[in-house]
Amino acid sequence: MSAHGARAARPLNPLRWLGAPMLVCIAATVLVATPIRIFGLALPEPVFPLALAFAWAVIRPSVLPPFALLLLGLFLDVFWDGPQGLWPVVLLGAYAAVLWARRLIMGQDFLAMWGWYGAVLAAALGLGFLLTAMAAHTAPNLIFVVLMYYLPTLLLFPFAHRLITLYEDADVRFR
Amino acid sequence: MSLREGPLGDIRVPLTWSAAAALIIAVIIAAALLLGGRRQVMKAQAYAGARHVVEAVAAPVGGVLEAPVRWTRQGLGEVGGYFFAVSENRRLKAELVQAQALRDRFDATRLENQRFRALLGVRTDPPLPMVFARTVSEARGPFSNTRLADVGADRGVTEGNPVLSEHGLVGRIVGVSAHVSRVLLLTDPESRTPVLIVRTNGRAILSGDGAPAPKLDYIAEASPLRAGDRILTSGDGGVFPRGLPVGTVVKGADGAWRVALDADASPVDDVQILLFTDFSQLVDEKALAPKDLPTAMTEEGNPSIIGPAAPKPAAAKPAARAGAATPPRPVRKTPAATLARPAARAAKPRAPARADRKAHAAPAKSTARPAAKPTARAHPARAPSGAAAGPPF
Repeated sequence: MSAHGARAARPLNPLRWLGAPMLVCIAATVLVATPIRIFGLALPEPVFPLALAFAWAVIRPSVLPPFALLLLGLFLDVFWDGPQGLWPVVLLGAYAAVLWARRLIMGQDFLAMWGWYGAVLAAALGLGFLLTAMAAHTAPNLIFVVLMYYLPTLLLFPFAHRLITLYEDADVRFR
Repeated sequence: MSLREGPLGDIRVPLTWSAAAALIIAVIIAAALLLGGRRQVMKAQAYAGARHVVEAVAAPVGGVLEAPVRWTRQGLGEVGGYFFAVSENRRLKAELVQAQALRDRFDATRLENQRFRALLGVRTDPPLPMVFARTVSEARGPFSNTRLADVGADRGVTEGNPVLSEHGLVGRIVGVSAHVSRVLLLTDPESRTPVLIVRTNGRAILSGDGAPAPKLDYIAEASPLRAGDRILTSGDGGVFPRGLPVGTVVKGADGAWRVALDADASPVDDVQILLFTDFSQLVDEKALAPKDLPTAMTEEGNPSIIGPAAPKPAAAKPAARAGAATPPRPVRKTPAATLARPAARAAKPRAPARADRKAHAAPAKSTARPAAKPTARAHPARAPSGAAAGPPF
């Protein structure tokens, strides 16, 4: 067995594959919320938990990730003061889409998986766009949805891929 | 002990189905929250508590994270000031010459204004108290544009208070806890601000959509816009005082009229929170109390044009049936009260249907209170335009 296989065959500890990434996401979200302007422009605001929603669904189907995403979504609602329930629905929507297409996504190479990630992001943020438009009675500016949310979150895929490669082979039953 | 070594190691658990079931339960909870968010009771009691806790924790953390950014900016500013001192000195001298001429004109206009006010008997609004705050954390995405300020109820901040930077309006307070308050920026999709166009005195609604320059909606056709028009708060709805500087009209890339916000001229780290809730705080309640005025007489010998001087008991009954606790007294029908009643009727539909603390131009409290105090609402209409009710800009 290779070194990678030996490492990956360790049992999955929920604190490792769910808890630690959750804490990292919360810390990163708080850090990015620091009011910084560079040349008068606001920095983008990536939705870190969307990367987790993709990675967790690819790694394995499990009972815990939906509730972890629910908690992360509630945190985003409260921290960003968005419409109540918006981010839980968006995150769970992304998770459901990946879980549904899991057999198609698994085993793809890096770039193909990035493409899937981009498609899931577009669908999830599109859902968020619709929900925000219904809540606020006005459509958010689509250009800024792409610039502030979509593109920076798309760039987080290497981190999601790293999480997948760490844990996807942990249990052969989920291959 | 690993899962495969345990007693369930050989069982192929239908985890896909159990995961799907967990997902459905989580989605149901999330959807219930989304729909329940429209109910003010739930938001005010259960969810507001969670928000206050997170904000109370996030504010000091944000303050710590924001401090190096502020120090860096100050350091860079000082270094830049050192290297560009000579050119800045030249520029400031030129500006000083211009400012002296402007000061002379300002003094002359101010004196003239005072004379006119004395002649017309115009009463200006008193200056509003304010507190200074620092914003320590922000949500800048297009779905939500808010900031956390490091002052709260302990400094007298309440929901609805306008927030300004040194250049112009930033937003208003939508949530307050003991030491932290949440600022809804003008750019948030749920922000609606009644504004006026200075050149035409026309009215419009400033609607945020997540972009840095919010849109102008409901522009009266009689007041066409031009790029460069100045925009101030109109005071309509009683959320903001009249005359706070907002920005300048620009034509957006999408063809819509938008407003380049004055507050964007510099970082809005340091803000002022006006302790303004509605117009009723600007007036002397005792001075507005109903007084017994003499009955108006007509030429025909009819004792009053308003009603009989001594109403018969039979005439008072319909009014009592209609719900009036006491018979209508002629002295109550002052012009101010007559003007204010349509305003009271008009104010009710303005209250947001979903009673959201963020949505629409005015919180329910702010829209209802001026209507309940008719003369207080009538007062700003008589007030002169400009920043009479606002801070000393």
